[in-house]
Amino acid sequence: MTAAATLTDVTMRYREHTALDGVTAAFATDGITGLLGRNGAGKTTLMQLLTGHRVPTSGSVRVFGADPYEKDAVLQRICFVKESQRYPDHFRVRDALAAAATLFPSWDGDLARSLVADFELPSRRQVTKLSRGMVSAVGITIGLASRAPVTLFDEPYLGLDAVARQMFYDRLIADYAENPRTIVLSTHLIEEISGLLEHVLLIDAGRVVLDADAEDLRASAMTVTGPAERVAALGREHELLSTETLAGSSRAVVRLSHPLDDGDLGARGLTGEPTPLQQLVVTLSRHSAAAPAPALTPDSRSADFEEVTR
Amino acid sequence: MNEDSGPIFRQIAAQIENAIVDGSLAEESQAPSSNELSAFHRINPATAAKGLNQLVADGVLYKRRGVGMFVATGAREQLLKRRRSEFADQYVRPLMTEAQKLGISTRELATMIDRWEDER
Repeated sequence: MTAAATLTDVTMRYREHTALDGVTAAFATDGITGLLGRNGAGKTTLMQLLTGHRVPTSGSVRVFGADPYEKDAVLQRICFVKESQRYPDHFRVRDALAAAATLFPSWDGDLARSLVADFELPSRRQVTKLSRGMVSAVGITIGLASRAPVTLFDEPYLGLDAVARQMFYDRLIADYAENPRTIVLSTHLIEEISGLLEHVLLIDAGRVVLDADAEDLRASAMTVTGPAERVAALGREHELLSTETLAGSSRAVVRLSHPLDDGDLGARGLTGEPTPLQQLVVTLSRHSAAAPAPALTPDSRSADFEEVTR
Repeated sequence: MNEDSGPIFRQIAAQIENAIVDGSLAEESQAPSSNELSAFHRINPATAAKGLNQLVADGVLYKRRGVGMFVATGAREQLLKRRRSEFADQYVRPLMTEAQKLGISTRELATMIDRWEDER
């Protein structure tokens, strides 16, 4: 894999709080990565580091081989669509787009216009007077039309209804197919985007829980149902990440140590189905929280810490 | 493995195979491109390409440089042959397992199949 961006042993501390703890990860050139994790897991911090908005406490961040911090040559190749992007008060939608057009060398004006039409954005209205969803649509328009070699979307969908979100995904996948680039998408709506992802980076409490190819990940786990003792027996060969039991029947999310097909399962009196990505992420996040490790106070985990420090 | 389970690229491959088997995608006709599959199924284009490439590796599709992918002559026969050989595992085994669970004998099962044939 050729990496457009890498983090090597990156730690980020804010006073007493460790937002990222020894994170090493790489983002492939031409790939869509889902950056997943709970609120406060460190997703926004990671994106801020990649986009030169912050400097890590230790470790190194490289985008196209260079430190992105205050490097214009690198920064004009990065577009960061923030969850709560601020625009100057007097900016109308068209001003925001015009400013972005001057910022990004690969800007595609036609794409921007067609997205404005699709999202029914009022060009002449001030951004501060737009609804939450429309502000999100402005961000999405800028993110896609920037055609930046590295584009990051941090929960870009707030306030967007299901139709508008679907439009975002469709336009993203269509434009990406024609113009492959490095896309990092942080989201809680995992099931909606699971098919779009090539790669999954799951972080929890500032640490990497999972860094995997999306297809490998799907193949690596399965939800198995059957008589409780037979499901439990499966645990001798494979790791049962979570098990729920009702009336003698169990359902377990299983991390497979080798592939199991319907025949193998049938022979054990079990049935299996693919574990949806969202379920797997929830299970792995809980699993990692249950494991002994990161010394974090309960309130720093549950609070929306990134919101506060922004 | 049925076509709604397993890796997405395999589901894509299975759907194209189905279209070939039922004749809606004729031999020597052009298969959908990875970008078309990606937009239609809302999946990553790399995943779609992986599905197509598996069919190329299996000899079901072949590439015409600069044009696209086409269904190979004999692909339908090849797929039918493979599916017939998988039929027992995929369909008969679960049928027998469920029948055993319910105490339905093989003879009763045969009667059911005959009756089903008559009613069609």
